[in-house]
Amino acid sequence: MMRLPNFRFVAPTSVHQAAELLAASSGDTMLVAGGTDLLPNMKRRQQAPGTLVGVRHIAELRAISSGDGVTIGAGLTLTDVIRLRQGFGGQAREAYGALWQAAAQVATPQLRNMGTLGGNLCLDTRCNYYDQNYEWRKAIDFCMKKDGETCWVAPSSPKCVAVSSTDTAPALLALGASVTLVSANGTRQIALSDMYRNDGIHYLTRQRSEILTSVHVPRLDGWRSVYWKLRRRGAFDFPVLSVAAAAKIAKDGTVEAARIVLGAVASRPVEAPAEAIAALVGRPLTDDLISEVAERAAQPSRPLDNTDFTLVWRKRMTKFFVSYALKELRGDDMRARRLKVSRQELL
Amino acid sequence: MVQITLTVNGEPVDVAVAPYKTLLEVLREDLNLCGTKHGCELGECGACAVLLDGQPVLSCLVLGVDCGGRAVTTVEGLASDGRLHPLQETFADLGAAQCGYCTPGFLVTAKALLDEHPRPTRDHIRDALSGNLCRCTGYQQIYEAVEAAIAKGSR
Repeated sequence: MMRLPNFRFVAPTSVHQAAELLAASSGDTMLVAGGTDLLPNMKRRQQAPGTLVGVRHIAELRAISSGDGVTIGAGLTLTDVIRLRQGFGGQAREAYGALWQAAAQVATPQLRNMGTLGGNLCLDTRCNYYDQNYEWRKAIDFCMKKDGETCWVAPSSPKCVAVSSTDTAPALLALGASVTLVSANGTRQIALSDMYRNDGIHYLTRQRSEILTSVHVPRLDGWRSVYWKLRRRGAFDFPVLSVAAAAKIAKDGTVEAARIVLGAVASRPVEAPAEAIAALVGRPLTDDLISEVAERAAQPSRPLDNTDFTLVWRKRMTKFFVSYALKELRGDDMRARRLKVSRQELL
Repeated sequence: MVQITLTVNGEPVDVAVAPYKTLLEVLREDLNLCGTKHGCELGECGACAVLLDGQPVLSCLVLGVDCGGRAVTTVEGLASDGRLHPLQETFADLGAAQCGYCTPGFLVTAKALLDEHPRPTRDHIRDALSGNLCRCTGYQQIYEAVEAAIAKGSR
């Protein structure tokens, strides 16, 4: 039986109180919201914080406001985020489609009732050599990410290559989202893209004293967005490849603007190269154009041998997933394909 | 130890919990409600599912100290007035429980589904139960038992 290590638990009722607690802590204090990422890690002794600050009781973190786009509290559960869809009109529902599709494909219904949007954005990076219990990791003399020195995936690598495994981050990056970070010293708003670093250990630019309080998604008139996820089973599994795509398509079918983001192929979500987007803009989404853009957008996909499935196959699948996403954006009925590759019907 | 008050299966309960104990451990070890099962303990199986304020969650990943003031329903709370819940009857009648280890998690998760959608389709049932694993692989009988419970309830 795996017990949690002992810790002190505090449950502030405001963001201000929580920020003060983090500011006063010695560095072994961590935030916990849904607990679905942190608690398994603590049971495996990947993290052993002396103090946990529970933020579930902070009402501010569950606020939703719309105006110029929508601001979503980071403390809303993924189930709450999926339900938000009902409150939006047809256009916004289509524009933010990638977010609903990503949230609906995270883990399982029970875990979506617990895990929060902020928690999924800050999800610890994952690796076959890291997500193991203490004894397993000790037997290989640990790894660079926790207690060891060597990266067992790429022993000559100077940095950890654990994989960004969040579903909502690629989707929100495709939507051009920004996030608000609050600490005792003040508040800053940064592009979501700037919160991530391609380093399996220091994968977030968020400071330990900062709380991710909300996510802002801009107004996207005339846009559509989609999210495609590769995994072994139709539930539970983290992505081993994902593609989020958003596009503004004119009435005559010409692409006016687009963003494509790859997930689970590096230690951060990776945006498609500018030339892939440039190839899309000003042209209609024909099959030929989709194949060409898919090849270019898949270029940065360099998965390593540290998740489920073989890396060669995951890399090869990238261009296909980009093409599925672009076809869905074009308006093709992709439900059968989605059921085949994602093994989950999006209800 | 932290003193908390929560509602378990409709009754208020005072319990002193160690901060490191999960809700699963509080239920089984401190409240002697052993119907909820220890499975993988990492959120990968659904055996420990309970209803927290009516929503299915995994009790192995909920901190006991964070449950003050909340309402928990475990499999022990499904029967009322000495009568089994329709889901419990149909699970028994249709062989939806084989070894039975996953059954409490399936029952409470299915109950939450029926509380919210009285007449779900097979696709909705499959989706709602996608977070529960049955190692005996008796999924067909489980889906059929949920459908039979719906039919029973609407008669």
